[in-house]
Amino acid sequence: MNYTFHWHQAFEALPSMLAGALVTIEIALLSMLIGIVCGVALALARNSPYRLARAFAITWIESARNTPALFQIYMIYFGLGSLGIFVDSFPALLAGIAFNNAGYLAETFRGGLRAIPPTQVRAARSLGMSAPQAFRLIVLPQLFRTVFHPLTNQMVWAILMTSLGVVVGLNSDLTGVTQQLNVLTFRTFEFFAMAAVIYYVLTKVVTLTARLLAARLFRY
Amino acid sequence: MFETDLTSTDLLFMLKGAGVTLALTFWAVLGGTLMGFVFGVLRASAASWVNALLGAVLDVFRSIPLLIQFILANSVKSIIGLDISAFTVACVVLALYTSAYCAEIVRAGMLAVPATTRRAARSLGLTWWQDLRHIVFPIALRVALPTWTGLTLGVMKDTALVLWIGIVELLRASQVIVTRIQEPLLVLMVCGLIYFLMSFPISRLGAHLESRWREDD
Amino acid sequence: MIEIVDVRKSFGALEVLQGVSMTVNKGEVMSVIGGSGSGKSTLLMCINGLESIQSGRIAVDGVDVHATNTDLNRLRQRIGIVFQQWNAFPHLTVRENVMLAPRKVLGKSRDEADEIATKRLQHVGLGEKLDVYPSKLSGGQQQRMAIARALAMSPAYMLFDEVTSALDPQLVGEVLDTMRMLSSEGMTMIVVTHEIAFAREVSHRVAFFKSGRIHEIGPPEQVIGNPREPETVEFLKSVL
Repeated sequence: MNYTFHWHQAFEALPSMLAGALVTIEIALLSMLIGIVCGVALALARNSPYRLARAFAITWIESARNTPALFQIYMIYFGLGSLGIFVDSFPALLAGIAFNNAGYLAETFRGGLRAIPPTQVRAARSLGMSAPQAFRLIVLPQLFRTVFHPLTNQMVWAILMTSLGVVVGLNSDLTGVTQQLNVLTFRTFEFFAMAAVIYYVLTKVVTLTARLLAARLFRY
Repeated sequence: MFETDLTSTDLLFMLKGAGVTLALTFWAVLGGTLMGFVFGVLRASAASWVNALLGAVLDVFRSIPLLIQFILANSVKSIIGLDISAFTVACVVLALYTSAYCAEIVRAGMLAVPATTRRAARSLGLTWWQDLRHIVFPIALRVALPTWTGLTLGVMKDTALVLWIGIVELLRASQVIVTRIQEPLLVLMVCGLIYFLMSFPISRLGAHLESRWREDD
Repeated sequence: MIEIVDVRKSFGALEVLQGVSMTVNKGEVMSVIGGSGSGKSTLLMCINGLESIQSGRIAVDGVDVHATNTDLNRLRQRIGIVFQQWNAFPHLTVRENVMLAPRKVLGKSRDEADEIATKRLQHVGLGEKLDVYPSKLSGGQQQRMAIARALAMSPAYMLFDEVTSALDPQLVGEVLDTMRMLSSEGMTMIVVTHEIAFAREVSHRVAFFKSGRIHEIGPPEQVIGNPREPETVEFLKSVL
């Protein structure tokens, strides 16, 4: 083994890598936001009496869960090109992860909804609440608790998935920045080891924050 | 009429890629399950500091993007001058990655066996190993198998990332053809269909096992 | 006044109400007794429109419950119901459980709702438990909270659906005491119950249900004390 490690280069690059980490967090958070909204809609559509809505939801959920996330990003980045829609790497990555999140979260929400006894809605309706009121005031808050932990896991997944952006040419997120530094210097191990540490810290921050938040939010 | 430049040779090329995907999945799941089993049993039975240490190490594999794990492993290979193929590197990384998840599944399965059941087994004079072998593992298997099939599916999808270290599996094969015939949507749809056909039977099997065992209880 | 006229209700092929008629007057306490599956609970669900009916008519103060143009949310504000399973909202404190409907349905301010909730909860003996979560309460306390929650809407009628059936025997008394208090205050109540002694004590009239029909209805001294119908005699023998 005649390889000399050059850690100082990696440390010099730390600020630009941390800037990349911010972009990573931004993509992950945005993709979760979109994923949650679409996921709730899909969960409701999946249980809806309308066949078309059900079929749409099932197609989305099954393709999100049964194909690789990278494939889903490819579909948006390359595939849509066939329809004359050309998407940049940033929105393609964001949309791909959001699509994936929504598919998984839809099933999470569906399971969560099943866990709330129908008698809760009945009790709410008997007090004169309308159906939307019962959903918003009684079902949603309880749903939030049951899905909180899976939601945290999905957030960790979203952070890990952002690394796929580099495959479709994204160079602003943590992996993208690292890859650029790598191409310039060929110090692959040092830079990617540094990136790995940053990813590790990011995921730990998410899980720890979630744990603290859960202790505060769910006192019942 | 619908026209395409996608030839049967291209399709064969993609199917070969699918073969690589399946081979990677097979070795990763085989190695990952064996290692994961050992790690899981250790975590559920060994002293608490072993459990904590092992847990923390395995957690690293689940907290770093798999893509970066491939890149790091590949660069370590060149640094220490190991003469092994990218395929082998990919299998080793995927197996370790799989073992980290599998260990959790095994551990959760074992912890799902009530302590009273185990005490009853030991009180009948069964040894530690007999208790594991005849009481704990059969019960834990039922808890673990549905999750384990889910893990297998997950690993199959994760194999796509090896394209970054130069292995031509299904997704990379599709991309090569896309570059050639410039019909991304069609080629990717075929690719997605192949993924679906590979994963659907496994996921049905998992769901089937889960529902059958639930009825037994 | 609650008027029930020849009501029929089926779940699939099973007809659970086979032509039920009765009238509950203002200030009256009507107890409904009978074996399980006799349709008693279903009748309560029909009265506040939680279940539909196939034929007949139910009117509350002249408003037809099952007419298509009836505002059920509005109607339900006048009819409180307490279930066998108390259905506490687990994510809200005891106080918030009771405050929710007055605020969101009646549009009361937070302070007003708080005042109502505190008063109602003190009334049912939960003044000390305002800020705990329902999971910290016993079944009897949760059931009393459910009663306070229904009362907070100032309903004209209260329906009780076997409210003590799911409780441990030693907790039944406190809930019955609360209901006794309500009846002494002149609340109009329909009480589906298995507590025959309680029915006899608090009711003005008792209706005996069997297989979706009322077999006997009248003052408790008659229906429980001196039943005329052989079915009633048989039922009372089985529970007493």
